[in-house]
Amino acid sequence: MSLENRRYLLGIFEAEEDIMGATRSARERGLKIVDVYAPYAVHGLEHAMGLPATKISLITLVLGLVGAGLKIWFEYWTTAIDWPINVGGKPWDSFPAFFPVTFEVMVLSAGIGTVIALLVSRRLVPGRKADLPVPGVTDDRFALVIEETDASFDKEATEKMFAEFNAVEIVERIEQEPTR
Amino acid sequence: MANGQPLTQQPLIHGNKTPGQVTNDICRLLDGRPSYLWWLAFLAALSLLALGVVAVSYQIRTGIGVWGLNNTVGWAFDITNFVFWIGIGHAGTLISAVLFLFRQRWRTSVNRAAEAMTIFAVLCAGIYPLIHMGRPWFAHWMFPIANARGPLWINFRSPLVWDFFAIATYFLISLAFWYVGMVPDLATIRDRAKGVWRRRIMGFFSLGWNGSYRTWLRYETVYLLLAGLATPLVISVHTIVSWDFATSLIPGWHTTIFPPYFVAGAVFSGMSMVLTLMLIARKTMHLEDYITRQHVGAMTKLILLTGSLVGLAYGTEFFVAAYSGNPYEQFAFRNRAFGPFAWAYWIMVSCNVLTPQLFWSRRVRQNFVAVFILTIFVNIGMWFERFVIIVTSLHRDFLPASWADYSPTLVEFATLIGSFGLFFTLFMLFVRFVPVIAMAEVKSVLSLGRGGHHES
Repeated sequence: MSLENRRYLLGIFEAEEDIMGATRSARERGLKIVDVYAPYAVHGLEHAMGLPATKISLITLVLGLVGAGLKIWFEYWTTAIDWPINVGGKPWDSFPAFFPVTFEVMVLSAGIGTVIALLVSRRLVPGRKADLPVPGVTDDRFALVIEETDASFDKEATEKMFAEFNAVEIVERIEQEPTR
Repeated sequence: MANGQPLTQQPLIHGNKTPGQVTNDICRLLDGRPSYLWWLAFLAALSLLALGVVAVSYQIRTGIGVWGLNNTVGWAFDITNFVFWIGIGHAGTLISAVLFLFRQRWRTSVNRAAEAMTIFAVLCAGIYPLIHMGRPWFAHWMFPIANARGPLWINFRSPLVWDFFAIATYFLISLAFWYVGMVPDLATIRDRAKGVWRRRIMGFFSLGWNGSYRTWLRYETVYLLLAGLATPLVISVHTIVSWDFATSLIPGWHTTIFPPYFVAGAVFSGMSMVLTLMLIARKTMHLEDYITRQHVGAMTKLILLTGSLVGLAYGTEFFVAAYSGNPYEQFAFRNRAFGPFAWAYWIMVSCNVLTPQLFWSRRVRQNFVAVFILTIFVNIGMWFERFVIIVTSLHRDFLPASWADYSPTLVEFATLIGSFGLFFTLFMLFVRFVPVIAMAEVKSVLSLGRGGHHES
């Protein structure tokens, strides 16, 4: 496995409008946007970055249905099959009475499952060291990370574009990564 | 932000803050030594908690015969406190989830504290059923686990089992919602922390959060999904609590109005408690720029709305009892308003129906001292509501020979005081170690109402 140098150009901004404008402009120019770092969720930035909508809600749906299904089966199995007990002459399969607990378990499995899916899919692990592009992106700064893909990458034009959107700082990073 | 922009004229957050100032303002509260005021409040709360611990240990050791219960009044003080605390919790979820779905962006200043309040209130509530079991070391029998009895399963037709599942789910989902909402802020503290331990602890809990927008995008979706799940959940929880009563055959309990009536009452009491706490926090922690007239105004209007709903429910109950032609039902309500517990009934009506009506006046809504006093009245009134519903429906039952009186013992009072101690101890720790205001969310609403341009 050989090592390859990857070059990144980082534009640091201080205002929501600037990061939005710079990201949009970078995408229009066909630059490769690696990621944008922001101290809060700037709405609409996903369109500027061209990110697809996340499908995490499918997980919520599936887990909710699975949780509810298993629970209603379990309630029926315990109450009507494994050890039926006559409570106030009610039928073994008291489905209306099984509904409240089924609902709660559906919410529980869907909710906790969704949170776990978020943590796993974005590798958010307790104790993991944070990999910040520049200090301050969790405070008041925005960072746009562009990969310098090949020789045709026009660094000067990109820096000029960053400056047009009031970049407070422009940084170049070189990282060694194994080739894929 | 074409669809998310409210019609507010004034900025939500005062003082023309920048994101950096927000970080400084909120994190400043966690830096340095705590003030004398904090120590005073914390130690006061801690001593109340100690009293509660003594009382609870005593009643577990001795048995719940130390309560004032008798054969006729088998439920009283403990269940009153349980429903009271669960109700308090509901406003937290309302603010964090329901108002999020309704795009009420003023919620960002109060949601963190309100969610913390939910979690602490549910903890306080959970103590009561646990003690009421008499033998709390068998509490795990509430779980449907295979056991040495055959296995004999729990009865899924019982509202008390529904209640157990509802409260447990509510606690876990509220905790997840609170924690997920806090991760970006913990990362902010981690990145500016000077002390080694704070950086380590925050580094552990902030999960390596780095503000990547790819993560933000998924995070926002998850937040929305949790809000969507928590909204029906919060309605289901108090509905199920009300079913503890409504599925019985006791006149005064056996009514279909209970679920909506309980949910409205829960939001009503919880909103008052949020406001009580936020007004104290605003003053003692100098959060005047973050909790403004707009926030207080919006919350008082919600109190007015839910208070009026509760008033309507009181009236409806009486109408239905009169119209039913059922002498037992009619007696239960006559006894409530004019029987031996009439004093409690009229405290409830005056605190819950009359006091919130003062919020029609803008001058009252904008006078924070008046708002503070009125919210205390609502808290008292809502405690009495649960007391009235539970005790007056039980103490004169079908057989006049078994009619009985009820008065709480000192142990029961000490337990109630102790639960307030637990609540405030946890709340004081919360304001000391966790950002009280959701920084990342407040930063996103800074530009609202400032005449700046919005895009997307």
